[in-house]
Amino acid sequence: MTKADIADAIFEKVGLSKKEAQDIIEIIFETLKQTLKEGESVKISSFGTFHVRKKAARRGRNPKTGEDLEISPRKVITFRASNKLKSVIEQ
Amino acid sequence: MTRSVLVDKVAEKVEGLTRKQTEIVIETVFDGIKDALRKGEKIEIRGFGNFRLKTRNPRRARNPKTGESVDVPAKKVLHFKVGKELKELLNS
Repeated sequence: MTKADIADAIFEKVGLSKKEAQDIIEIIFETLKQTLKEGESVKISSFGTFHVRKKAARRGRNPKTGEDLEISPRKVITFRASNKLKSVIEQ
Repeated sequence: MTRSVLVDKVAEKVEGLTRKQTEIVIETVFDGIKDALRKGEKIEIRGFGNFRLKTRNPRRARNPKTGESVDVPAKKVLHFKVGKELKELLNS
């Protein structure tokens, strides 16, 4: 399933044109991305939560060359499915 | 940010769409993802990330309280992989 399939669903359900549906999907995910970039978590009820976690710098190694290197501090996103979504998956 | 704040923000940005319509659109997006996962499909949102199911093997575990062995059946868990674009955006 891709954004195009979601656009079709919106086209059928809401009656927006395909172009409008595509545009609004871009806006939705763009809004999610910007919020996460600010370091703010996003909680979608009955779906799940996207958390932003900050990771500290650490020593690492390039597994290919064996070289020691510093891994820079970074932000990562974790997704936790809500109980409702989990029960949908389990079946 | 919660679902309702997301609805507000999107409704603000899209001309000619009421809050109610925006709510339905956003519900359709997440219900669509949920339905695809129910069917075991992979979801690919370019620039944002992928959702897919991973299978956990059945295993034998122990009840830490009683020390009893218990069989844990195989199960499916959801895995979200952050898209390249979002990963780079986060650390830019």
